[in-house]
Amino acid sequence: MTHQLKDGSQVLQVGMLARVEGEGGMHIAIKDGVVESVKLNIFEPPRFYEAFLRGRKYTEPPDITARICGICPVAYQTASVEAIESIAGAETTPEIQAMRRLLYCGEWIESHALHMFMLHAPDFLGYDSVIEMAADHGPVVEMALRIKKAGNDLMDLVGGRSIHPVNVKVGGFYRFPTKAELMKHRPALVQGLEESLEAVKLVATFDFPDMEQPYEYVALRHPDYYAIERGTVVSTSGVEFPVSEFPKHVKEFHVEHSNALHATFDGGMYMVGPLARYTLNFDQLSDRCKEAALAAGLGTTCRNQFKSIIVRGVELAYAFEEAIRIIDEWKDGAAPSVEVKPAKGEGMGASEAPRGIIFHRYITDEDGIIEDAQIVPPTSQNQPSIELDLKTAAQQWVDLDDHTLTHRCEHAIRNYDPCISCATHFLDLRIERS
Amino acid sequence: MSDAPLPKLAVWKFASCDGCQLSLLNCEDELLSIVGAVHIAYFPEATRAFVEGPYEVSLVEGSITTPEDAERIHEIREKSGTVITIGACATAGGIQALRNWGDVDEFRSIVYAHPEYLSTLDTSTAIADHINVDFELRGCPIDKHQLIEVLAAFIQKRTPRIPTYSVCVECKRRGTTCVAVAKGMPCLGPVTQAGCNALCPSFSRGCYGCFGPQDTPNTAALAAQLVELGMSDADVARVYRTFNANAEAFKAESERYEKASIATQGVAK
Repeated sequence: MTHQLKDGSQVLQVGMLARVEGEGGMHIAIKDGVVESVKLNIFEPPRFYEAFLRGRKYTEPPDITARICGICPVAYQTASVEAIESIAGAETTPEIQAMRRLLYCGEWIESHALHMFMLHAPDFLGYDSVIEMAADHGPVVEMALRIKKAGNDLMDLVGGRSIHPVNVKVGGFYRFPTKAELMKHRPALVQGLEESLEAVKLVATFDFPDMEQPYEYVALRHPDYYAIERGTVVSTSGVEFPVSEFPKHVKEFHVEHSNALHATFDGGMYMVGPLARYTLNFDQLSDRCKEAALAAGLGTTCRNQFKSIIVRGVELAYAFEEAIRIIDEWKDGAAPSVEVKPAKGEGMGASEAPRGIIFHRYITDEDGIIEDAQIVPPTSQNQPSIELDLKTAAQQWVDLDDHTLTHRCEHAIRNYDPCISCATHFLDLRIERS
Repeated sequence: MSDAPLPKLAVWKFASCDGCQLSLLNCEDELLSIVGAVHIAYFPEATRAFVEGPYEVSLVEGSITTPEDAERIHEIREKSGTVITIGACATAGGIQALRNWGDVDEFRSIVYAHPEYLSTLDTSTAIADHINVDFELRGCPIDKHQLIEVLAAFIQKRTPRIPTYSVCVECKRRGTTCVAVAKGMPCLGPVTQAGCNALCPSFSRGCYGCFGPQDTPNTAALAAQLVELGMSDADVARVYRTFNANAEAFKAESERYEKASIATQGVAK
């Protein structure tokens, strides 16, 4: 919706942003060709997870925090179990870590495929949704659905179900799937790998608006692999530290002009997510993924957020490769969990959600009852860069007609795959009262 | 094929995680058939296109937690032929209904530096506490096959075939050994409605109640059994007080055990 005001100023407003997870809108004020303000409005109601986690038992966060987000529950489960295990000093086994990574690969596949094809691609191709896209590009949409289903099926197999998996617990899993069960799913993963490499080629042919941003990138880095389920924190400014020092570097604060608890990294603005991971950990991708990325026109770093669809495609292929590797190396017989006793203390955990670093911190008493909880999801951390991208985009394309400019700005928001449901127990609902 | 216009479907969101509406997009094998059978007229998570109401069918996800949403749900009722609520948030208030036992002013200040900006109710409640609902589909999350069955039933103007018996029936049907009897695991299966195909017991885990109370739940008898298996009163209160905490049968039992715990321990611990 556009309002042309009499004094020459102009307001672009989208009441309900489509194809994002959760509910938000945007508001852009332009005067005499100059963008005066941009706002990402969040009207998703707060749910107060950090408050009601107090008094719950240390075994409950993987089930409870999964419910923060239906799209990336494994991100919450993984960060929460890592945090709680660290309180008791419990060490998991390589098998438990491999199975966590396998489940997480399923979530990356499901979430990236959802975003690439159902939420993001329609922006490049000029459709309102994947449904209209399917009418003109049937085989591509069918391929996309197969890729997505391969991720969901992997989550079903390892986690019991793809939304709010039931098999994750503090200390590991209730039961490991068997090698035979895993091998049954292997052909779908092999097909998914080939098709996602095709998808990388396909999305590389899209037209990408020219907009590069110099943000500091922050991601996890794992000593052996492209980080997914755990790692240490690294940044493009060269900082590196363990997850336990996250609160020293990342500060959250409540700013009045925004609906979000904003976060800063060593006092400055920063960004998490696929571009940050790709830029910081490119060297750890497989040769095949590196080749696919370079052939798609990416460099070894990526600073154009519109190209995040290609980066997600590369990560999609990588997640398939990793899933196949883990299944091939799997041997039956290991215990699915280690015992984790209640313990008094503070613990922290982080993992790479599809949208970027997610951080959990818990304080428990000697009976394992939670006294304090803090959760920092990726969309909260990216809120300032989303708004700055929005401002840059609106200014850069201010001469476009309102309809096109509005669409371009929506596109700039969707580049981030923002998950407003995730962010909202931290985002306050701002009602303007006059 | 008839030329009659397809029934218009709208998908609405209140306080929730998006997972239940995601179930619709997770119907990868059926999605293209679904869009051939209904006109997706309002579904912001999936499309920018927006068709004005009235709508033949509205799917409602999420619970009522703000004064604005308590108004909005009435507007949706007015422009919808059939209202189907989907998931534990919409049918029982969801996990965020834990605020119903807390001090919301304190909750606000724990999470937010400027709680005065928040507009929120002291409670999280089911949609049916506010408007007349035609069908409630349970689950945290809902089962996508049950969702397709409910949509098909409304298109075909018949009653959805959604069982209201317990998870135990599903365990027996799939041949899973009872985890409570054989392994002594606490399991809410006897009091919980079926729908997940007894998922947790098949993973060597007791049911934790995602689908809410079954139609004749004996929560007190099960609670006594849980205590027998070694759970404290506070633990019993906690297992009944999760994603369907505000569903009547679970609510009553959790309150009974919370009181007992406070009486013996001084606190619910």
